[in-house]
Amino acid sequence: MILEMKNIQKQFADLEVLKDISFGVDSGEVVSIIGPSGSGKSTLLRCATFLETIDGGEIVYMGDKAAWTNDNGEAEYVGPQEMKKFRGYCGLVFQQFNLFPHYSILKNIIDAPMQVQGISKAEAESNAMDLLKKMGIADKADAYPFQLSGGQQQRVAIARALAMKPEILFFDEPTSALDPELTGEVLKVIKQLADEKMTMVVVTHEMPFAKAVSNRVIFMDGGVIVEQGDPKDVFENPQEERTKQFLSVFER
Amino acid sequence: MTFETMLSTMAGGMLKTSLIFILTLLGSLPLGMIVALLRKSKIAPIRWLISGYISIIRGTPLMLQLLVWYFGPFYLFGWNIGGWRFPAIIVAFVVNYAAYFAEIYRGGIESIPQGQYEAAQVLGYTKTQTFMRIVLPQVIKIIMPSVTNEVITLVKDTSMAFTLAYAEVFSLAKQISASQASFMPFVIAGVFYFVANYIVERIMVRIEKTMDYYQ
Repeated sequence: MILEMKNIQKQFADLEVLKDISFGVDSGEVVSIIGPSGSGKSTLLRCATFLETIDGGEIVYMGDKAAWTNDNGEAEYVGPQEMKKFRGYCGLVFQQFNLFPHYSILKNIIDAPMQVQGISKAEAESNAMDLLKKMGIADKADAYPFQLSGGQQQRVAIARALAMKPEILFFDEPTSALDPELTGEVLKVIKQLADEKMTMVVVTHEMPFAKAVSNRVIFMDGGVIVEQGDPKDVFENPQEERTKQFLSVFER
Repeated sequence: MTFETMLSTMAGGMLKTSLIFILTLLGSLPLGMIVALLRKSKIAPIRWLISGYISIIRGTPLMLQLLVWYFGPFYLFGWNIGGWRFPAIIVAFVVNYAAYFAEIYRGGIESIPQGQYEAAQVLGYTKTQTFMRIVLPQVIKIIMPSVTNEVITLVKDTSMAFTLAYAEVFSLAKQISASQASFMPFVIAGVFYFVANYIVERIMVRIEKTMDYYQ
């Protein structure tokens, strides 16, 4: 298991966003999380990548606990020094890309490996160029984010996340901010990573993509996992009424 | 008094004006950043102290602040204030401008999207790295036009040092004009200020241009 989330609870003020969510991700697995907006998908991702703190439950990476519920019933995290290790395990690709606008494409990709992991410039650059080639945008190395299309920016963001060599890569609606004609190029890259057995968790509204690429689909609604399983089963033969309802919206 | 003497005396005053200008910037630009960061401190009393300081500085005339800094030590503590004139001017200007710069910095820092912090955090940058490498460079670009405005105001504000009878260019202009019954010193002072600000403007435009490479 790369990641195990056990009985995760998260509350914003009076709103319970995650109610006792448990799931695990195996090495090389691609998991899609689908569900209506407000169902807690993004919050779950943000908890897994430590952008939000959980209120209860357990987060385990590579068999090590990063967070757990203590005897007082409060969530407790490892100290800041150990946290670095856990942050290193996971990467996240945002809906809004969040590239650094003042850095060139190349610098966007090499800066964190150099500053955070202490990798030499030469090594970081050669890794970055390999990644950019893979993303099909090697010619953009010296450009700045504002000069790229949304699809190209998102591919840079994927390269930036991969440059840190994470064990698992999360995607938070990676194509939702893109024009329809640009979603394909980003999905193609994710598909390619799936073929290379990169462990990934993708929150998405692209149902055909989720069906084609993932090993497992999780349907979330109202802060709970309503149904999960093989994409074929979930999409073609959903068991829960709520899942049927949700999927019917996409069948047109 | 010949025109040449007038000009050279006032040029000497312009040097003192420049000294106030440069020392004020050297002090207030960094101090303003510290103030801006303290204003976001986790410790509430520090935040109150800082916002009180900014309120008072912005709510009272600089001229009054100059008088308080100069005469305050004497009236409050009975200190001998001989030789304190120039330091008092610099302290008053630095403390005043730092408050204004702090507000400009704060506006700049707050305009950086949350996503930039989150991207940096997920990549493992420390808080200091995030601020120095990701946030600050973008803040500087955003605040440049406001900073230019403030710097140009400072060139003109240095004339307030005349309140403490410091021989910068405006004080001299007043003195010479009174003693020579001539309007010429004010014309010269006006030209000096204008030329100084023209230079400042050119320099600031250049600095802004170096950051034009991204949007």
